[in-house]
This record gives sequence, C-alpha cells and structure tokens, in this order.
Amino acid sequence: MKISIKRKDGFVSYEAEGRTLLEALNRLKANVDATLAYSSGCRSSVCGSCAVRVNGKEVLACAHQLQNGDVVEPLHNVPILRDLVVSMDKAYAMNAKAKAYQSSFVKEVVLSVEDEQRNALQSDCILCGSCYSTCPVYAVNEEFLGPFALTRVLRYVSDKREQNPKEKIETIQANGVWDCTLCNACTLVCPQGISSKADIEKLRARSAMLGYTDPSFANFGGGFGFDGSPQF
Amino acid sequence: MKNSVIVVGAGGAGLVAALSAHERGAKVTVITKEYPTRSQTCMAQGGINAALGNAGEDSVEAHIQNTLKSAHGMAKESAVEFLCQSAPEVLAWLDGIGVPFSRTKDGKIAQRKLGGASAARACYAQDYTGLKILHTLYDRCVAVGIEFLNERYLLDLLTHSDANKTYVSGVLVLNKRSGEAEVHEAQSVILATGGYSRVFHNHSTNSVASSGDGVAAAFRAGAVLSDLEFIQFHPTAMKNSSILISESARGAGGYLLNSKGERFTNELAPRDEVARAIHKEMLKGESVFLDIRHLGKEFIEHELPQEAKLAKLYEGVDPIRELIPIKPSAHYTMGGILVDADAQTNIAGLFAVGECANQRVHGANRLGGNSLLEVVVFGKKAGESAVRHIKESLPLVSALSKKEFWEAKIKEIKNYTNEINFYQAHQELGEIFYKNVGILREENSMQEAVAKVKEMRSTLSKMGVSDKAKEYNTNLTEFLEFANMLELGELILLCAIERKESRGAHFRADAPQSEARFEANSLIGRDMAVRYEN
Repeated sequence: MKISIKRKDGFVSYEAEGRTLLEALNRLKANVDATLAYSSGCRSSVCGSCAVRVNGKEVLACAHQLQNGDVVEPLHNVPILRDLVVSMDKAYAMNAKAKAYQSSFVKEVVLSVEDEQRNALQSDCILCGSCYSTCPVYAVNEEFLGPFALTRVLRYVSDKREQNPKEKIETIQANGVWDCTLCNACTLVCPQGISSKADIEKLRARSAMLGYTDPSFANFGGGFGFDGSPQF
Repeated sequence: MKNSVIVVGAGGAGLVAALSAHERGAKVTVITKEYPTRSQTCMAQGGINAALGNAGEDSVEAHIQNTLKSAHGMAKESAVEFLCQSAPEVLAWLDGIGVPFSRTKDGKIAQRKLGGASAARACYAQDYTGLKILHTLYDRCVAVGIEFLNERYLLDLLTHSDANKTYVSGVLVLNKRSGEAEVHEAQSVILATGGYSRVFHNHSTNSVASSGDGVAAAFRAGAVLSDLEFIQFHPTAMKNSSILISESARGAGGYLLNSKGERFTNELAPRDEVARAIHKEMLKGESVFLDIRHLGKEFIEHELPQEAKLAKLYEGVDPIRELIPIKPSAHYTMGGILVDADAQTNIAGLFAVGECANQRVHGANRLGGNSLLEVVVFGKKAGESAVRHIKESLPLVSALSKKEFWEAKIKEIKNYTNEINFYQAHQELGEIFYKNVGILREENSMQEAVAKVKEMRSTLSKMGVSDKAKEYNTNLTEFLEFANMLELGELILLCAIERKESRGAHFRADAPQSEARFEANSLIGRDMAVRYEN
C-alpha cells in the first residue's frame, strides 16, 4: 500500500504494510528509513502517545487500520518537534491552568453507582491530544483551555468528592467554556468516545447556575432588562 | 541541588513517590522519557488488591497467604505483610484523591476476583483501573505543582564513592529534543522506570518503553539486581498482537478452550500454571481461545468494555459472538533492582520502586492486582526514604565525568558501521527469548541463547544508527534501549541457567521439581556471579 507521510521538507511517499498505521510505521522505521520520527507506547489505544492526523482527521496510529493512499501528518495546534512528533507541553499545561484536578484530599465521601457513572466517561480520557488538534478555536485564541482540559474539569466538578466546585467553575470563565464554538469537531475525533462539546455545554449550564453568563452575549448589547426584554 | 529529589519515571510508582517526597517538603523533579500518563501503569486493567471485603468476606491475612503461596517461597514475609496490611489505607487514599472506582450497590468500592485470590479482592474502575489511577495521580501532581521534565532518556546514574560506600549524586539524561546530555543533580534519586519485558520484543504485552533502562543503569552504577529469571507470562494475550486481555475476563467466568472447544485447565489458577497449561496445549498443536460469549452482551459492554474494543480492533473478533485467539506473552518482570523495606538499594541515596525494583513481594509469581498495590504502597515508602536520606546525608559531590563519557559514546555510536540492522536483531532476540527463555526452559537452549546474546553484544559496533541527527533522534534512543535489553538479557540468562529447579514462573523442563536449596532470591552484581540469599 502507498502512504504519504509529512516530513520536514514535505510529503514523502512510502510503500507500507501492516494491519494498523503504527505497525506500518514500525516496519518503515526498522527496514526502510530509520530517520522517521513518531511516538508510540502501549500499542493498544490507552497511553495516548501515537495520535496523528490521517487524511485530515485525528486518529491513534495504533488504532487506525491502514488504507491505501493514507496521508499522515502530525497533530495541529502544537509545535512539531520532528516528523510526526509534536510537543505536548503547552497543551498539557492547560490542565494546570484549568485547575483540572480535585481541590483537596477528602475522607470518606460515599459514592453511589450513579455518582460513579456520572463521570466514568470523562475519566476515560487518555490525553492523546486529538481534540486539541482538531479544535478550530486555537486559530483565534491560543490561550483557550481547550477540550480535554475542560472535560477534565467536568470530571472533577461532577464528582461528589470535589469540595470547591465553585472555584473550578470560576476558573473556566476566561478562555474557557464561552470560547468554545460548539462545533463538535472534538467529539468526532475522540478515540474514547468522549464529547468535550457536550461536557462544555454542561459546564456552561453549571456556570449559568452560579450566575455567570456568556461574555460575548453580554457585550452584544446590554443583556436583558429587569423585565426580561432585551435592551439594545 | 539542595533538598531535591529526582524521580525517574512517571508511571504510578514514580508519581506516588513524587507526591510522597513533595508532601515531606522536598523539591521534587520527575524526569520521564515520555510524558506522564503514557507509562505502562495505564495498561493495568484488572484492579488493585485490598482486603476490603466489599464483595464477600475477606481478610488481610487471606491476602497475605494468597500472595505468599503464589510467590512459592520466594517472597519476604515482612514485605508481603506490609503490602497487604497497608492496602486498605492505600485504597482510602486513592479514593480520597478522586480515583473513579466502580461502586457496589451500597456505595462501596467494587471488587472482583482475580486468579490465585481466595476472595473478590481487586478494586477496579471498569477495566481502566490503571489508566484512571495513573491519571488521577497525575492530576494530583499538577495540583501540588510538581515539576516534570518530559522526553529525557536516562543514560546513567551519577555516583561517587568513598572507601566504604557508593553514593548517588544525580542522573545523566539525554534530552531527546535537543540531543544534549544533561546533568541533573540530587542527593536522592528514585528509580521508577518499569520492567524489561520488551526483551521479548513482540511477545510481550508491554509498552515499547518497557526496556529496563533504569535496571540496566542501576546495574552499571553497581546496584545489585535480584530474581531476574522470574518473568511472568500472562496467559491471555491476543495471538497476533500480544495485546492483553485482562484476567478480569476469566475472573468474571471466561473459559479457555482448545481447538476442539474443550476446557483444559482451571482458568483461575495462578498465572504461571495457566500459562503452562496453555503452552502445553499449543505444543500439542492446538490453538487456544478465550471464550466470554456466555457472559452476555450487557455484562461485556458494562464490565469489560476495553477488552471488547481491543478484541475487535486488534484481532478482528467480536467477543460477544466469537472466540478470542490467545497465547501467553511476557507481561511482568518480578525481578529487578534489589531494595530493602525502605526501597533503598545498595547505593546510598538511590531508591527503586515498582516493576524496576525487587521488593520481594511477588516472589516467583505475581498475583494479579498486586502490582498496582505495590506501586502505591512502596511509592510512598520510597518518597519518605528519599527525603530522610537528604536530611541525613552529606553535601552533594559532583560527578560530571560521565557526561563527557556519554557525549563521546554517542558520537562513537553515530560512527558505528550500521551493517547489521538492530531492529531485526531485537526481533531475533525476542524470538529466541520466547522460545528458549520463555514458559518452558532448559539448559541447552538457554546456553544457545547466551551465545546469541553475547554475539549480539559483541557486534553492537556493527549495528548503530543510520540517523545521525542530533534533535529527536529516536533511532538513537531505540538503539540505547536495545543495548540495555541485551545487557539485561545476558543477566537474565545467567540467573535462569543457574537456577536448576522449577519454581513459579521459572519452569525448567530439565529440572521440573522445586529444590529446597533454591528457596532463595538470586542476586547478581557487577562481578556477574549469581548468589542466593534468603
């Protein structure tokens, strides 16, 4: 099969074989061109190392079934280090900026099956960065906290063990939930079936319950009057 | 740097050690050759053991007894007791930092039964237990502001010696991005670099990163290694990809079938026994399958979602309707850097934890669910010990000659002739190890393997790299990993040949019985002589 890989000086064509793209890359590296750089780890879709773009869509190389004509590129919105390897430093730093963690250690909070299932999907995230790569918001705002960090925030604020959800919601007002365009691109590429778009909508609802509003909407005019009629 | 602890490795063991040292006031830097959350820990599916009794009666005593029994006389009783006694507290801690464990109907942490356990003892988060523990630990590290240095490959430990002792003074790493060797000094270094199952190349369930870099570096620095011959084969890796199907599939009632559709073993016996039973069937020419069809669609989708996905993706079978073809594959290395109860190695200031260490809790055969437990229990210990060492130790002595040595060495490697493809050599190494140093071993075939490994080591200068680039040269780091695996491969073989008996995961066709004189841990140091110690 012919595949094309984006390298420093443009696309290079290779004769490739393998069940998955990762297998093909491994064979190319071992037998054809050892200078080809890419990342991999578990080979089983759980470590998040090998996300790349194939034919314009983010996939895990280890989970992508190789097709003739595949065009392989590094992730977007992140600096390219070499060939398919990108730096995830800034992307991962969004977790800290978004305070995507439980505020403090807690003791003996009892969780039910329903409580657990509330964020079971969000905690399936493998931090592969696919959602970050596909997100169009970065074209206009590089400081956007982004899909995976916001999904992670929802994971923690929807957990009964979080003692200070208000602070978390406050943190994601700037460059956060309101900057998302709800385009749903993140949902379509997530290898774990997570919808950050849906998670961001839930975070918006929580923000609204705490009295926060969409700043762009507020700027649109004067917001709503006391009687609920729009003021322009 | 004063008051600083360096942790090498960002899997479960490294992150717990980092949190523990940080909590005690040290400045902690975690160095990883990948990124945190990409480590082997994320692949642990089955669970983490603790005798909580949330799903039927259980006791710490039973946990201890099951662990000791599976260890075949090779575990240290006090270490096992500490491991099992600490388990309930450790689970409460993980629960307290937000690990999203599955729950029982009455709101307790859900537990399931794994092989060799007398009770449902493994706490789980669907079949993403390792992933969810690892990510929650990472989030905790982010919360407290622990520093991470990503994409640094461990070249060597920095050490200095006086008349009686060797001390660690930091690490030398290759910054993968810049291609520069970097010195990071610290009075305490914790190795949490994982195991070395990738010696078996594709006959391993492990991440490609499990190349034993920390174990090899510790050995070069003079650390004693122990029980290297004990390598666990997981019974149910998928046939083509060696990707793991968790033991929880058998724990939930999955069957092992041969080509005739017959069951041939107790599926929930310890892993060494099950792996041997499968191996025997395969030697008879049978194919072996895991059958979970009878568990039902709903159960599989709810409790084993990852297994179902992996079977479809990598083996092309839908386990709700079809059999999953399997084979045993190298899964976990029980041996490693010898440590005492405080995670201290024989080098002052050097600590080791997790799969790279031999804490002597698994002995000849690890029980499922005990390795995630080990990384948390002894990760805390390693962090404590590392901080205590800083307070007691003398000022740091710089040891920078290693940097020049490695800079010259890397230059030399780039000039190696590259007549032999080391990727192919690694594959060949894996085949030999799987065949000759795998589930059934015997003297002659292991001697053949020694000869092969020695030959490969002596021809390293005919291998080398075709990529001469400085920046992000994965050809180079993979070559260094291969050299580490060859170094360890020889040590594994020396230990396996010397142990002329069968015990747990080490099964000798030419010595099928256990012998009292070998009821001891094997030790090997720089003199390459195998010793035994109780």
